[in-house]
Amino acid sequence: MPKDGGIGASPKRREDIRFLTGEGVYTDDIQLQGQCFAYFVRSTVAHGTIGTIDTAATEAMPGVLAVFTGEDFKDVGGNPAGWLINSRDGTPMREPKRPVLAHGKVRHVGDAYAAVIAETYAQAKDAAEQLAADSEIEDLPAIVDMAAAVANADNRVHDEIPDNLCFDWGWVEDNRAAVDEAIKNAPHVTTLELVNNRLVPNAMEPRASIGEYFPGTGDYKLTTTSQNPHLHRLLISAFVMGIPENKLTVVAPDVGGGFGSKIYHYGEEALVLAAAKKLKRPVRWTAERSESFLTDAHGRDHVTKIELACEEDGTFIAFRTETLANVGAYLSNFATATPTFLHGTLMAGPYKVPNVYVNLKTVFTNTAPVDAYRGAGRPEATYSLERVIDKMCRELELDPFEVRRKNFITPDMFPYTTPVGLVYDTGDYNATLDKAMEMADVDGFEDRRAESAARGKLRGMGLSTWIEACGIAPSNLVGVLGSRVGLYDAATVRVNATGNISVMTGAHSHGQGHETVFPQIVAEKLGIDPASVEIVHGDTSKIPFGMGSYGSRSLAVAGSAMNNAVDKIIAKGKKIAAHMLEASEDDITFEDGNFAVAGTDKSLSFGEVAFSAYVPHNYPLETLEPGLEETSFYDPGNFTYPAGAYLCEVEVCPETGKVDVVAFYCADDFGNVMNPLIVEGQVHGGVGQGIGQALCEQTTYDADGQLLSASYMDYAMPRADDVPFYQVDYSCNTPCTHNPLGVKGCGEAGAIGSPPAVINAVVDALNSGGFTHITHIDMPVTPSRVWTAMQAQ
Amino acid sequence: MYNFDFVRPSTLAEAVIALAGDEAQPLAGGQTLLPSMKQRLNMPGTLVSLTGIADLKGVSGEAGASVTIGAATTHAQVAAEAGAFYPALADLAARIGDPAVRNRGTIGGSLANNDPSACYPAAVLASGATITTNKREIAADDFFDGMFATVLEEGEIITSVTFPIPQAAAYAKFLQPASRFALTGAFVARFEGGVRVAITGASEGGVFRWSDAESVLSNSFSGDALAGKLPAAEGMISDLHGSAAYRAHLCGVMTRRAVAAAG
Ligand SMILES: Cc1cc2nc3c(=O)[nH]c(=O)nc-3n(C[C@H](O)[C@H](O)[C@H](O)COP(=O)(O)OP(=O)(O)OC[C@H]3O[C@@H](n4cnc5c(N)ncnc54)[C@H](O)[C@@H]3O)c2cc1C
Repeated sequence: MPKDGGIGASPKRREDIRFLTGEGVYTDDIQLQGQCFAYFVRSTVAHGTIGTIDTAATEAMPGVLAVFTGEDFKDVGGNPAGWLINSRDGTPMREPKRPVLAHGKVRHVGDAYAAVIAETYAQAKDAAEQLAADSEIEDLPAIVDMAAAVANADNRVHDEIPDNLCFDWGWVEDNRAAVDEAIKNAPHVTTLELVNNRLVPNAMEPRASIGEYFPGTGDYKLTTTSQNPHLHRLLISAFVMGIPENKLTVVAPDVGGGFGSKIYHYGEEALVLAAAKKLKRPVRWTAERSESFLTDAHGRDHVTKIELACEEDGTFIAFRTETLANVGAYLSNFATATPTFLHGTLMAGPYKVPNVYVNLKTVFTNTAPVDAYRGAGRPEATYSLERVIDKMCRELELDPFEVRRKNFITPDMFPYTTPVGLVYDTGDYNATLDKAMEMADVDGFEDRRAESAARGKLRGMGLSTWIEACGIAPSNLVGVLGSRVGLYDAATVRVNATGNISVMTGAHSHGQGHETVFPQIVAEKLGIDPASVEIVHGDTSKIPFGMGSYGSRSLAVAGSAMNNAVDKIIAKGKKIAAHMLEASEDDITFEDGNFAVAGTDKSLSFGEVAFSAYVPHNYPLETLEPGLEETSFYDPGNFTYPAGAYLCEVEVCPETGKVDVVAFYCADDFGNVMNPLIVEGQVHGGVGQGIGQALCEQTTYDADGQLLSASYMDYAMPRADDVPFYQVDYSCNTPCTHNPLGVKGCGEAGAIGSPPAVINAVVDALNSGGFTHITHIDMPVTPSRVWTAMQAQ
Repeated sequence: MYNFDFVRPSTLAEAVIALAGDEAQPLAGGQTLLPSMKQRLNMPGTLVSLTGIADLKGVSGEAGASVTIGAATTHAQVAAEAGAFYPALADLAARIGDPAVRNRGTIGGSLANNDPSACYPAAVLASGATITTNKREIAADDFFDGMFATVLEEGEIITSVTFPIPQAAAYAKFLQPASRFALTGAFVARFEGGVRVAITGASEGGVFRWSDAESVLSNSFSGDALAGKLPAAEGMISDLHGSAAYRAHLCGVMTRRAVAAAG
């Protein structure tokens, strides 16, 4: 019988009641006495020299309180990249300073070079318009195309960086010669050039920030749309503004989606803090949707050439890639990690390929910064691999299922060290493939294809067997790889005197459902009602120092910390119970919420023990502190490695080129599943985003660096009628071997595994319809792209 | 948005007077005008709302002869009420935008705006409808004047649109993936005297009649008769959603689909 609470149950998400009834409190909902409004003056050109900014007229406008320009922040430390990457030749990456407001040059459309603070939003906006008119920006030629950026040493995004290259990275450089040799001697080599299209994150809630300054104490408070308030505090304190950490509180209240874009610290946050201090009033800013399009860190944007060398029977010999990865105009906080250690390390896939080499050049362009977006690097790796494998199967007329099976790492091989630096702990890739094939009724495909053909449609099936590394991340390993932070997390479990529980966690829920699933775990372990457990998150003044939520890490890392803190609670409870029951601690058992003396009927409820900890009248005060509160920091021993098999069926209209995804099957291995409902929701959302990337999301800059797809009139988000009813399974689980919950992470899987399944299906459909010249189509496969490809016969 | 004044007259006469004022502009459903004002691309001094004028709203007609739609009638109302007279028109209205847009947006606003990708212009032109304003009656063939342009004069208000009822008609719309306006849409109307075909979404000149298709279909009202026929790609819109050649191709596909749907 399914449980209705505890681990493995699917209670409805408790936070949804407040979200669905409009009772959520988002940053923009918070109204403060004396508040005033910031509006940013943003570049309308992609690249330009900032000349005189005449603020006089603006300052005289109604309601204007202050005007800031890049000049005001030119001595303030830059917003840093979180990872230091070295180039193949050993030189460190080029790391231009990212200012609060652009100074000297503007480097992308939307780059803020000034800000106006006024009594009302409308006044601030009017004044910003005036200031824009009074600002001299001299146009420079835009650098948009990556290949051209690298080739043209004279035209520079950052004047001190001659070839617009941030770094030229080889992974693993020691593999290079062997891989080259293997490819040279291989019986067959399949080559594929592809683009992993740039995506705009499009969180439902735009970025928003409120800065406050309290002159009496000198304290600051930033309320902001953050996935990781402590990371924001650290960046602002240690790098950007120098406010001592203990004088700055960062609060991320309800946050309406992030997908990565709200990991990073942005200049607007520093500006509202600086303005609040200057004016001694709360200063607020909420992005308009156009600002979100222009300035939220975008995702993906790789141009890759991949080669797959294999035997005639499809046994893999080597993978080699050359990639240009766009970082945009400035380095966002994770921008250097995403294309490297979240991408290059995954280029072996779930396969026992002996030789892998990845070369990746990151390029500055006059476009919005690019950083981690749901999946972050791993979708790019999966897409390259699963597409080139599919192409190889077509070239050699091999069965794509059998080729995967032939090359899978098998369960007897774990722990398995890949040639690109990871150690997979566990998995069973044949099991998920079997499951997906069973769910999808692969044998019945030809009948379905015939049925589609009878309706004039070309049907295709596409497979993707993906793996990713998440539960980010072991600090000592990422330290070696260049990370400038640790990636542990923390939880404090506070049992209150009346027996209910507050859990302060470093993870941040911005759609994930932590408020529901974390209590399930605590309640199961303590044998109590989940309703008596509350999750506290998103406020640096309340929670222990944690690194927040991204990289499918919340449960695997912060959840493990919480698990361990609960274990400490139980251990202390046993000590208290032993005293109260006049027994030896070794004889105390804890089961179903009761401390008992083994072999007797003497017992105490959890509540009685908790009460005694706070009212310690009968308590071992000589040996034990009162209170029942424990904190645990957890640093994972390894990444976790979710994996799975996705099968997609599409129908292509040969008249218009329109692609319909008609079926999508996911067989995932997420290790132990805490709440199936939430896991399914995460997979649905992730696959929806992957289908969006594959079918319709098309970020387009023109040659002048203008974003053509800067609104929903031109940027197509997937809608309900673009996606099928997903079939999702997570029964083939191999629990993670190194965290206490045995969990792996499910937040990004859908977005990682799905795009190649869609594109493989489209190529299959077109080939079945006689368009055999089509070996690849770049995403998004819009109707016009598909139709154009069909014409090129 | 900049500051503006707002009036909501209850008669056409009052509206005409209000529109004579400096920088006054009619406001119907606001589905086009308000977003452009929010983006500060449009800055009327006074908005004269037409939605309080009862005479500008409603659907009336004579079965088999004609149907007249008040200019301030919402798409939703046309979808619900015009079907009794002109099913293809009701069907077109039912597929504009989303429920919010259909509950606010009006036929008059759509025609006055003449977005090159809008749906109503195709119906009006293919049907040979008559646009009535506070000053005159304008034949559909004379009304549209290129992308976002019409022959309406300053202060002139569309009051109603009258459609003759064809023997058979249908609208086929291929969605632009983001906006879900027509990437290319074809409205086909078969009258006793011949077939009219209007294409929206495709041309840089806005909605147009595809005369080659009209003569073919007037001879033989079947999709097959159109096989191999396409308008010239020259002058078609080319953007990130489709090349000129693709749009020209879609003109053929959508017209054939409309013919098939008209039966
Ligand atoms: C999300 C979205 C999706 C949409 N999808 C579609 C679609 O699929 N197909 C489609 O055809 N349209 C679509 N539209 C446009 C929609 O149909 C608008 O309602 C229409 O274009 C304008 O009508 P309105 O009543 O809102 O006019 P308004 O926005 O109020 O006015 C538009 C213009 O017309 C003028 N005007 C208004 N009424 C009159 C009148 N009686 N006489 C003279 N001038 C007048 C105004 O001054 C203004 O210049 C969409 C709009 C949105 C926001």
